[in-house]
Amino acid sequence: AAQLSAVKGRFSTDEKVTSREDVTTYNNYYEFGVDKAAPAKYAHTLKTVPWTIKVDGLVGKPAEYALEDLIKSSALEERIYRMRCVEGWSMVIPWVGFPLADLIRRVEPQGSAKYVAFETAYRPKEMPGLQSAFPVLDWPYVEGLRLDEAMNPLAILAVGLYGETLPNQNGAPIRLVVPWKYGFKGIKSISRISFVEKEPPTSWNRQAANEYGFYANVNPAVDHPRWSQATERRIGEGGLFVKRRPTVLFNGYAEQVASLYAGMDLKKFY
Amino acid sequence: MRAQGQPQAVKFTLPQVPKIAIYIVGFIPAVWLFYEGINDRLGADPMRYLEQSLGLWALRFLIATLAITPLRQLLKINLLRYRRGLGLLAFYYACLHLLTYLVLDQGLDVAAIVADIVKRPYITVGMATFIILIPLAVTSNNASVRKLGGHAWARLHRLVYLAAIGAALHFILVVKSWPPEPLVYAAIVATLLGYRLIRSLIKKPQPRRRAA
Repeated sequence: AAQLSAVKGRFSTDEKVTSREDVTTYNNYYEFGVDKAAPAKYAHTLKTVPWTIKVDGLVGKPAEYALEDLIKSSALEERIYRMRCVEGWSMVIPWVGFPLADLIRRVEPQGSAKYVAFETAYRPKEMPGLQSAFPVLDWPYVEGLRLDEAMNPLAILAVGLYGETLPNQNGAPIRLVVPWKYGFKGIKSISRISFVEKEPPTSWNRQAANEYGFYANVNPAVDHPRWSQATERRIGEGGLFVKRRPTVLFNGYAEQVASLYAGMDLKKFY
Repeated sequence: MRAQGQPQAVKFTLPQVPKIAIYIVGFIPAVWLFYEGINDRLGADPMRYLEQSLGLWALRFLIATLAITPLRQLLKINLLRYRRGLGLLAFYYACLHLLTYLVLDQGLDVAAIVADIVKRPYITVGMATFIILIPLAVTSNNASVRKLGGHAWARLHRLVYLAAIGAALHFILVVKSWPPEPLVYAAIVATLLGYRLIRSLIKKPQPRRRAA
C-alpha cells in the first residue's frame, strides 16, 4: 500500500484505535467469501488500477470519472471513526478520505434528486464469491443514502486507512464510510454513483427486509429480530474476556446526525 | 443393541482401540482452542471464534453419533462400541459452548441471558437442544441401560434425532443470509435422519431378530 498524505480531519474520536492487523483481517466482504478471514486471503485478485466511477442519473455532470481525478480535487483527511457492525461487534478505524459532499457538489445533482445510490464493482473473475452457484446476496452489492444524509459532513469516501491506500479487503480503491450507520451501509469498491428520486434498493434490505432496513442507523433500542443490538464487543479489547459495552444511539454521532431524523419513528424506519 | 445379536453381518471390523482413546482424541480440539485462545491466537474476535468452534464440534460429534448405524448397515463397518463416547463428546462440547456463551459472551448477565432465551429463536432452539441432550448424557452408562431396560432406553435415546435437528437449526438461525456451511451441516443431518425414516418405512413391520 502506498503512503497517503492526509491532514487531521474533523470528528475524529480519541478512543483507542483497533490494530491494523484486526482491521485488515476481520472483514465482511461477501464478494470474496462469507468467512471473515476470506477477504484478506482472496481480495488481492481485484484489479483496482485503473478505476473509474460512473456518475449518472439526476445529475448535472454525469460522466465516467477516473479515481485519480476525484481524489486529486479533494484534500484528504484522516477521520478516526467508530465502526459498529450489525452483527454486534465494533472497531475504531483511522480512515483516510474526503467528504462525500465534496463529490456530490462537484457533479451538481438536480433538484429532483432525493437519494444517492451506490454500486460495488461486479467482477466475477476477480471475486470468487460471485462465482457461487448459490449466491448469498443478489449481486452487485448496492447501497443508498438520502441526499441530506449523504451531504452530512460525517459521511466520507475513504481511500485509505492507517495512512496508506486501502487494502483490497477493506474496499479498495474507494468505499463509503457512514459511521452512524451499521457497517454494511459502507459499500466497498464503488463503481457507480447514481442520483435518483425514489429510495433505491439496498442489498441487505433485499435479502431480508424485516432484518435490515434502508436507514440501518445504529440504535441500541431497535433490536435485530434475531439478536439484541443493546451491546457490542469492541474488537481487540480483552481477548477472550472481552466485556460487552453499551451501544450508543447513532453510534455516538447523534450531535452531528440526529437532526436528519427529527420526527421519524426510528422503530419503523430501522 | 441389536447388532450384538448378529456378528456374522459385520464383514469388516476396525482394529479395536480402547474406548478411552475416543475421549483423548475428542478433546484435542477443545484443548487446542483454549490454548490458542489463552495465547490470543484465535483472530480478531477470539471469544466468538471459541464459542462458534465449540458449538460446531458439538454438532460434528452429534453427526458422528448418528453415522454409526448407517455405517454398520450400509458399509458393514461396526463402530458401535465408540458410539457412547461420541455422543458424550457431543454433550461435553455443547456444555463448553453453552458455558462460553454464558460466561465469556454474556458475562453471566442473567437479564440479558433470559431475554436472549425468550426473544431469540436461535438461542431458544439452542437451549432446548441442550436440555434434550441432558437425559441422554445422564443415561449413557450400562447401569442406566439395565435399569431402564434396553427397549425403553433405546426409545429415550431416539431424542437424539430431535437434538440433531435442533443443533442444525440453531446454526442456520444464527447466520446472516444463507451461507453454505450451516446448510451443508443441515443437509448431512437431514440425510442421516432421512435414511432412518426411509429404512423404517421399507422394513415395516420389523421382525424381531434372533441370534443365529
